[in-house]
Amino acid sequence: MARIIVVTSGKGGVGKTTTSAAIAMGLAKKGHKTAVIDFDVGLRNLDLILGCERRVVYDFVNVINEEATLNQALIKDKRCDKLFVLPASQTRDKDALTLEGVGKVLNELKKTFKYIVCDSPAGIERGAHLAMYFADDAFVVTNPEVSSVRDSDRMLGILASKSQRAEKAETPIKEYLLLTRYNPARVKLGEMLSVEDVQDILSLHLLGVIPESQAVLNASNSGTPVILDEQSDAGQAYSDIVDRYLGEDKPHRFIDEEKKGLFGRLFRS
Amino acid sequence: MSLLNYFKKTKPNTAKLAKERLQILVAHEKSVRNQPSYLPELQKELLAVIKKYVQVNQEDIAINYESDDDQETLELNIVLPDNT
Repeated sequence: MARIIVVTSGKGGVGKTTTSAAIAMGLAKKGHKTAVIDFDVGLRNLDLILGCERRVVYDFVNVINEEATLNQALIKDKRCDKLFVLPASQTRDKDALTLEGVGKVLNELKKTFKYIVCDSPAGIERGAHLAMYFADDAFVVTNPEVSSVRDSDRMLGILASKSQRAEKAETPIKEYLLLTRYNPARVKLGEMLSVEDVQDILSLHLLGVIPESQAVLNASNSGTPVILDEQSDAGQAYSDIVDRYLGEDKPHRFIDEEKKGLFGRLFRS
Repeated sequence: MSLLNYFKKTKPNTAKLAKERLQILVAHEKSVRNQPSYLPELQKELLAVIKKYVQVNQEDIAINYESDDDQETLELNIVLPDNT
């Protein structure tokens, strides 16, 4: 049975696209056929993060308007043959996505894919609504910062009332917290909300913490999902998240400050 | 910075402040979210009825909705003008 995951947050710039690219690649690398869809019509970026921007021919809106078939629009990843990308359209028409059209595309994808990751745009407008409407699971990406936490809470309210599962009174969407750009050193100094603080406020199941990491910018610069940078803290954090989502019991990492030994103190400032 | 300042330096814990502000805000927004959708309409109609008898403004009527585990309370507070 296919599962639809929405990666959402309300607030922009918290790491939705980075997360979508990473977990989609992670699921695919585990052998699950995965599609990742960019819902940010007009501001397409997932293709860039995944490094397939020059291979985009048809997009999501072309498929909905039946100007292209789904198979024509899906881009197969060059590093992992289980991963497929459906890019957003660069049209300025905000109404290009329709509930019916999105539903049709998702139903078609469900026939052959195990996981469908929907990369939501920021905000609570049409694109964000359609990205979460059909979801089974929601990854709520949050930064340890007041406006992001507030927007996440707002998003939780929308997930609980405006999704298909809510409207049909089915089992609600399963919601998970992904805390990104976490800086344990600043938490220790009392300058940043801690994991516990954010969990207290949002009462969400924590899927994982991604530390603030230089690897993320390096990964996006080169169009490689950060999860493929296996040496990096952020890459490992995303791998853990994929494992936990798939049911593995992995202890949380990157929550506490890395202890520097004498050498670390001397040579790494 | 003087040496004295260096020792006195105790930075305020802004994370704690952030948490307190968020807890209040989120609790408030949750209660608003759970309010029945007829509430604004009810407020408008009540105001119309009351206005037939006394001169009150919109801000003189406060409607407060609260729900606990087992009961829901609708609180209505009308401030009547000083009668001469």
